Amino acid sequence: MKLRPPSPSQVGDRIRETEVWKSIFRPGSIFRRGYKDTSRDRALATMNNVLYHLHPVKVKRHGLKLTYTFCLGGLSFFLFILLTVTGIFLMFFYRPMADIGGAQAYADMQNIRTSVFFGDFVRNLHRWGAHLMVFSVTLHMARVFYTGAYKPPREFNWVVGVILLFLTLGLSFTGYLLPWDQLAIWAVTVGTSLAGYSPFIAKQMNFLLLGGVVVGPETLLRWYVLHVLALPFVLVLFLAVHFWRIRKDGGISGPL
Amino acid sequence: MAREDTPLDQEVFDRVLKEQLDAGTDKRVAEGRARSAAVRAYKAAHPEEEAAAAPVAAAGDGDGQAQAPAAAAAPAPAAAAAAPAGQAAMVAAAPASAPTRTAPLPTGNIPTPKKGAPDKHRLLALVPPEGIQRVEREQGDRVNVWPHLLIEEFVAMFVLSVGLVVFSTFLNAPLRELANPNLTPNPSKAPWYFLGLQELLRYFHPMVAGISIPTFILVGLAAVPFVDRNPSVRPGDRKVAITLFTMMFMFGATLTIIGSFFRGPGYNWIWPWAQGVFFEL
Repeated sequence: MKLRPPSPSQVGDRIRETEVWKSIFRPGSIFRRGYKDTSRDRALATMNNVLYHLHPVKVKRHGLKLTYTFCLGGLSFFLFILLTVTGIFLMFFYRPMADIGGAQAYADMQNIRTSVFFGDFVRNLHRWGAHLMVFSVTLHMARVFYTGAYKPPREFNWVVGVILLFLTLGLSFTGYLLPWDQLAIWAVTVGTSLAGYSPFIAKQMNFLLLGGVVVGPETLLRWYVLHVLALPFVLVLFLAVHFWRIRKDGGISGPL
Repeated sequence: MAREDTPLDQEVFDRVLKEQLDAGTDKRVAEGRARSAAVRAYKAAHPEEEAAAAPVAAAGDGDGQAQAPAAAAAPAPAAAAAAPAGQAAMVAAAPASAPTRTAPLPTGNIPTPKKGAPDKHRLLALVPPEGIQRVEREQGDRVNVWPHLLIEEFVAMFVLSVGLVVFSTFLNAPLRELANPNLTPNPSKAPWYFLGLQELLRYFHPMVAGISIPTFILVGLAAVPFVDRNPSVRPGDRKVAITLFTMMFMFGATLTIIGSFFRGPGYNWIWPWAQGVFFEL
C-alpha cells in the first residue's frame, strides 16, 4: 500500500474536527466544519460570537441601506477601538513628564517619531483617527437627528449619545496636550482659559483642570491619566448602555 | 365552537364598545365587555334558539358515553370478536359526536390535603389585561445580520482602515518645537472642534462665548427628544425641526471654518488664498 500525504483540504478538515478547535469555535461559527448557509447557521453565527452578538439575529431590511445610517455609529466605534490599540502602543514609549529643564514627554515624542519601529506611523494613525472620530461622532448625531431616531422610545439613548459626544471631545482635547509642543500647550491654554470665566467657581475650575494656575507639568500628568484611563473608562460604560439600549428600544429606528 | 360563531346583537355591541372606549377603558377590555353584553342581549331576545340548542348538546353527551367503552375495547388484541362491533359503534357515533367534546367523568379520587396545609388556597389569580406588558413588535421585513449587515460593516471598516493607513503613511502629524510658556505663538488657536467657540469669543464676552453658549448647546442637545414631541419621523412632517437643526449645524460649521481658515496673526480676518492658512490639526 502506498502512503500518500494528505491534501491541504484534508488537513484543514482534520484540524477543524479536533476537540481543541471545536472547543474554541461554537456551533454555527463559519470557521467550524459543517457550516451550512441555512437560516439556522446564519442565526448561530451571530449569536455564538462574542463580538457579533452585539447585533440581534435579524435586523430590519431598510437598516442595511447605506444612506440610512452611513455606518457612522459603527465606524465611530471602530475608530474608538483603533485609537485604543494604537494608544496602548504609544503608551509603551511615552512618559507624561514635563519638568523644567528636561521635558521627558517631548523627548519621548521625538523618540517615537525617529527611533521606534513604526512609531511615527502609529502616532499618525492615532492622531488622524482621533480627529476623524470627533468628526464621525458629530455626523452620527446629525444622522440620528435627520432620521428622527431620538423619538420615543429612544429619547434616553439620544441623551447617552450626547454624553458620548462630550466624552469624545474630552478625550480628544486631553490627548491634544500630550505631545507637549508649542501647538499643544497653547491650544490647551486657549481652550481652558474659557473655564476661568465660569461663574462662582472660576478659580476652582481652573485649578481642577490644570492642577495649577497655568498649563504646566501637573496639567500634563492630570490630562494623561484622564486621557488613557479615566475618560476611556467612563466612555466604555456609556458605550455599553448606548449599545444595550439600541437593542432594548427595538433595534434600528425607522423606516422613514 | 369558535367565539366568532356565537350570535350577538351588533347594535348592543357597538353601543357598549363606544361607551367603554369613551370611558377610557383599554381597547381589548372594552371589546370583551361589549361582546359579553351583546351575546347576553342576543340570548335575551332569542330564548327559543337556546332551548333548541340544549337537546343537541344532550344528544352529544349521550354519544360520547356510548363511544367510550367501544373505544376502550378496540385496542385489546384478544377481543377479535369485539373489534368489528367497536368499529361499527365508532362509525355510527362519529358524525353525531364530532362537534362536541366531553371531559372524562370525575373519578371521585379527591386527594386529601397535606397536614398543616391552610384551609384555603387560591389556584387562580385574576390579572387585568392592563397589568400585562404586551410586546407589540411588528414582524416587518427582516434580514439576517450574518451575512447581510456584517459584510456591510466589514466593507465600511476596511475602506476606513485603508483610507486612514494611506493618509497616515503620507501625512505626518504635526510636532512643533518644545513647549515654551514664555513664547506665545501667533495666532494661538484651540483644536479645530473648539474653533467655533473661539470665533464666538470675538463677538461676545468670554462668559457668554465660553460658558453660557457651550452649556446651552449641550443641555439643548440633550433636551431635543423632550422638546420635540412630534411623533412622526417623516421628513415632510418635521420641517420646523429639520430647518432649525440644519440652521444650527450650519451656523456651527461656518463659525468653525471661519475660525480655522479665515483667522490669521492676532486672530484677525485673513483670506486663506492671499495670506495663507494658519491652521493645524
